[in-house]
Amino acid sequence: MSVTSPVAPPATVPPLDPSSFVRPRRRALREQAVRLLLLSATLVGVVVLAVLLVDVLLDGLGGLDRQFMTSYFSTLDPGSSGVLAGWTGTLSLMVIVASLAFPLGVGAALYLEEFAAPGRLNRIIETNLSNLAGVPSVVYGLLGVGVFVYVLDLGRSLLAGGLTLVLLILPVIIVTSRQAIRAVPGQLREGGLGLGATPWQTAWKLVLPQAMPGIMTGSILGLSRAIGEAAPLLVIGAAQARRATSNPLDPFEGFVALPLEIFSFVGAPQKELQALAASAIIVLLGLLLTMNTIAVYLRNRSTQS
Amino acid sequence: MSATPAIASRPDRVAAPATTGHDAAEDVPDAVFELDDVDVFYGDFLAVKGVSMRIPRNEITALIGPSGCGKSTLLRTLNRMHDLTHGARVEGEIRYHGHNLYEKGVDPVEVRRRIGMVFQKPNPFPKSIYENVAFGPKITGIKQDLDDIVEESLRGAALWDEVKDKLHESAYALSGGQQQRLCIARAIAVQPDVILMDEPCSALDPIATLRIEDLMRDLRHTYSIVIVTHNMQQASRVSDRTAFLSLDVDDAGTRTGVVVEYATTNKIFTEASDERTEGYITGRFG
Repeated sequence: MSVTSPVAPPATVPPLDPSSFVRPRRRALREQAVRLLLLSATLVGVVVLAVLLVDVLLDGLGGLDRQFMTSYFSTLDPGSSGVLAGWTGTLSLMVIVASLAFPLGVGAALYLEEFAAPGRLNRIIETNLSNLAGVPSVVYGLLGVGVFVYVLDLGRSLLAGGLTLVLLILPVIIVTSRQAIRAVPGQLREGGLGLGATPWQTAWKLVLPQAMPGIMTGSILGLSRAIGEAAPLLVIGAAQARRATSNPLDPFEGFVALPLEIFSFVGAPQKELQALAASAIIVLLGLLLTMNTIAVYLRNRSTQS
Repeated sequence: MSATPAIASRPDRVAAPATTGHDAAEDVPDAVFELDDVDVFYGDFLAVKGVSMRIPRNEITALIGPSGCGKSTLLRTLNRMHDLTHGARVEGEIRYHGHNLYEKGVDPVEVRRRIGMVFQKPNPFPKSIYENVAFGPKITGIKQDLDDIVEESLRGAALWDEVKDKLHESAYALSGGQQQRLCIARAIAVQPDVILMDEPCSALDPIATLRIEDLMRDLRHTYSIVIVTHNMQQASRVSDRTAFLSLDVDDAGTRTGVVVEYATTNKIFTEASDERTEGYITGRFG
């Protein structure tokens, strides 16, 4: 460095001191504290859920036998009570809800995203659908009583209950399906339309398959909500118990669903019946799990093809 | 080319004509498209104004110009792809083999079947290579043997040899250049008359670009091609005619795309009549 340069030499870089890499104590402590806080937040949820599950299983597995699944609720012979009416009712409800809510919801979402003009009206509809998705289910029960039970004169029937649940979850399905459809890249649509595909062909053959996983996720959410609902069915006036003679598959007959039946078990004065509530809960959980498994299977299949 | 009138042998001696450079209009006897004072709008916004040009059959016509000057917008009016943008609208007349494309009763779906399009980013469908090419014929109800159509189209797009053993594998497994040739194969599978290409090579490397350019020269014998490109070398390499678009800025600062000059590519690149064209081509701006 004997030659003087017109440019100032760079400031000398201090030699590497390993101790300068140690994080100051206070910052390290705070980091640890935050991590613990978040972990405990996670654990609260997981542990409570696990305890609940274990408790229910311990209480209920004993009562869960063939006879429990094939008998009706009975206060006269509490020892041999079962949930036949409940699980057949819930299953029938799910068939009605899935077969109506899915096509209606996806159809509405496709129309709003792919065909309707994206103007102000569309935005107003979108906002209102999101709000409807949050309306308490009792309100839908009242709507169901008014429209299905009385105006359409369906009575306190399985069909009236199913249609009410359809209305309940329709907003959820439409909103989530719209999001899934919107996430499909526009260049896919352009590719189809540029080949001379009609808007419908493009929507049906290109957009919908691509959006299907998201749509299925939304539908699973909706159906899971419907399967656990008791309030709107109570308002409709679903039977608390079911006569042994009625056909559980007749849509115009009275019906009962598992959540209502669980409520009956818990609220019954007889000790034997109260003990069976946990068994009924296991049946409901099992149904829910089966349904979700099927839906996840369908979703995975739709992504592969 | 030697017989072109000496309308602008030296740009500095000739003032830019007021009706900017439609001098190529007369020597296009066999036009696929005739544009007559076309204005393109997005809502109230005038994106491109006053375009009149005749686009020849079985030639490659390039639209060049700086970003945002409306090249793609203009291209997308030619197969009514522009309609898909909400609030988009076209004034003036665009005739395709003499028929007004925007006349009432013209079905944009049918227009797009005859006038195919290849996009900036390769956009194969999430299906197999075979299904990508067969998609168009299937939905438009072409009844011939699909296997033949697929092979022919892939050969036409110079892709057959590379994919013939993996026709049923996903199109996403192909390289970018292969995907773009697949998109070209997909477009020619519906037997269009014109292929519009919107910067088809902008997402590709130089080798893949050259292959597409070779392909375009082959395709020109069967189809009429209109290509938008950012790349002036590409325009000079492949196109027969070139339209140079630029932005007009008015006193209020509103920018509107205009066709500054339209002529044979040779002429545009050697003796542009408008100084803006020459400035762009020689790299002084844009």
